[in-house]
Amino acid sequence: MKRLTEEKTKLVLEKLTNIGTNVKLLLDRPDGVYCFRERKGRVYYVSEKILSLASVVNPDKLASIGTCFGKFTKSGKFRLHITALYHLAPYAQHKIWVKPSAEQQFIYGHHISKSGLSRITENTPQYQGVVIFSTNNIPLGFGVTAKSTMDCKYADPMATICFHQADVGEYIRSEDSLI
Amino acid sequence: MSDNEDVMRGEQQKIKKKKLLNNDTKDEIDNYNDIEEYEQNGKIDNEEMNQNEDTDSSDNDVDLLPIEKANKKLRKKQEEEQKLAEEEMHEMTLQQSVFTFPTEKELAEVTNLKDVQQRIKDVIMVLSDFKKLRDVNRSRSEYMDLLRSDLCTYYSYNNFLMEKLMQIFPLDELLEFLEASEVQRPMTIRTNTLKTRRRDLAEALINRGVNLDPIGKWTKIGLVIYSSQVPMGATPEYLAGHYILQGASSFLPVMALDPKENEKILDMCAAPGGKSSHIASLMKNTGVIFSNDVNEERIKAVVGNFHRLGIVNSIVCTYDGRKLPSVSINDTYMNILNVIKSFDRVLLDAPCTGTGVVSKDPSVKTNKDEVDIQRCCTLQKELLLAAIDCVNARSESGGIIVYSTCSILPEENEWVVDHALKKRDVKLIPTGLEFGAEGFTSYRQYRFHPSLKLTKRFYPHVHNMDGFFVAKLKKFSNIIHKNKDAEEETLIIDNF
Repeated sequence: MKRLTEEKTKLVLEKLTNIGTNVKLLLDRPDGVYCFRERKGRVYYVSEKILSLASVVNPDKLASIGTCFGKFTKSGKFRLHITALYHLAPYAQHKIWVKPSAEQQFIYGHHISKSGLSRITENTPQYQGVVIFSTNNIPLGFGVTAKSTMDCKYADPMATICFHQADVGEYIRSEDSLI
Repeated sequence: MSDNEDVMRGEQQKIKKKKLLNNDTKDEIDNYNDIEEYEQNGKIDNEEMNQNEDTDSSDNDVDLLPIEKANKKLRKKQEEEQKLAEEEMHEMTLQQSVFTFPTEKELAEVTNLKDVQQRIKDVIMVLSDFKKLRDVNRSRSEYMDLLRSDLCTYYSYNNFLMEKLMQIFPLDELLEFLEASEVQRPMTIRTNTLKTRRRDLAEALINRGVNLDPIGKWTKIGLVIYSSQVPMGATPEYLAGHYILQGASSFLPVMALDPKENEKILDMCAAPGGKSSHIASLMKNTGVIFSNDVNEERIKAVVGNFHRLGIVNSIVCTYDGRKLPSVSINDTYMNILNVIKSFDRVLLDAPCTGTGVVSKDPSVKTNKDEVDIQRCCTLQKELLLAAIDCVNARSESGGIIVYSTCSILPEENEWVVDHALKKRDVKLIPTGLEFGAEGFTSYRQYRFHPSLKLTKRFYPHVHNMDGFFVAKLKKFSNIIHKNKDAEEETLIIDNF
């Protein structure tokens, strides 16, 4: 369990703000101070109270603590994992809602096409990180818009309007590599 | 005396019958006369004819009124019927008691299962009224052996496990248990109260074509699934962490543990994380839950489930449960006062032989042996002592240990708890579960502590959930080896 270096902190924060998260809200919470810690290339988001208790556990024997937000890839980039969704979805500024018929497709790892689009936040620019919701407001995953809200209006029904990044289906598809 | 009376009665009846027979012949003659009269008179109303008949018969049989005569006739008929029925009954019992012990040759021959089933029924009947129905040359143990081997063939258990089960259950209950173990329990799910409510979840699932119902009055978060058009483990609600697939019996130990908010709780054998996540949701993500499991492969499921269900107060680790109390001693450079030994509550869902979940994993029927059970129960004893050592008796709200297994063998349950009662300063307290059978206080040659009736047992054939055992202990002091010292003292006294 080590603190993130400044460069890495920057990478993580950049990613989070791209989704629209106010990181300050994530760290100073009413129930205590939370922090980011790195372990084996994974970034964990955890309360400081729990962190101090976890220090008694031998690092070899520790499997997970708090919530895993993502990992640093071999090329040095930060990748958000689906496990961060629970914390990021409430803060998302740009959202996409998919139709029930397209729900299944998205959680199987496909991009979202115009025909599956139900709603989209207004004034979403192109290549903006978004959180995907089902019509009854269950968060389903992360994506990046392929078209801005304006362009979506005139897009072809089969045209991709949002690229898939992570979805809740990964809990089943890749349980082993999740953490 | 009674025999004599019977004989007397029989003779009386015979005399009566003779009389009746005479009457009958008279009647026939009467009738004959009537017809002659009728023919002679030419035209007579029916009523008149009846009157004629009555007067005629009264003429012939002065002692009896007509209605009495009819009554006698009827009684005779009834008696005959009764006699026949009795004979039939007698024959039946004769046939049943005629159940002959199969010869060795018959036993060696592979018969079809129906014959075996019939024989099981017959033997159980013989055993239920052994004095009357037994074959005089055969002992009870021979019948029991036959029954056991037949049950083994019919339900495909191995001899050892069947013997154990026969020692636990009376015969009729045994059959029920075996039958219930053949069928799957209904699929049940637990609502994740951190993310949704049961009513909302039920509504969402019904919209997906799932047929469901609440499990029962004893829990507010469980649903039982009768049928579903979609796979229950892959709906968007499941992936979003609104529920988890969990057996009804798995609710019980957590309900007995009764975790409170802001406590420090340890789950020693957590994988795959169902009970752990239940604890976390009861704590509403406050305090901290240590989820431990020795198996690194299975711990991945715990981590996955926790993230899916949105549990943030967890520390997941992979220690050997038996070594947990000594963790902080080994890592002395950590300046923390025995974190591991200061838990408010500990749940130990111990690894077991799984004799309660035969319907889930039928391989249990054949691959368990004396050695396996011994190994299991030694491990369980060590784990339970370790669990007790992890609890802080001075905790204000807790000091609670819950021990549970999915086995029904007393060796893995009552015996283990009894052992812990002797070794540590703990006492059993009521589990707080409304239903379930009481634990055994005596089993064959073993005599357990009387407070073991506070533990709870659950059976597939009674409660329609997996076989389960739950015991709730409260720790009263942190002193260890109290009893050991006492034993040594007594030894010393003996030597003097």
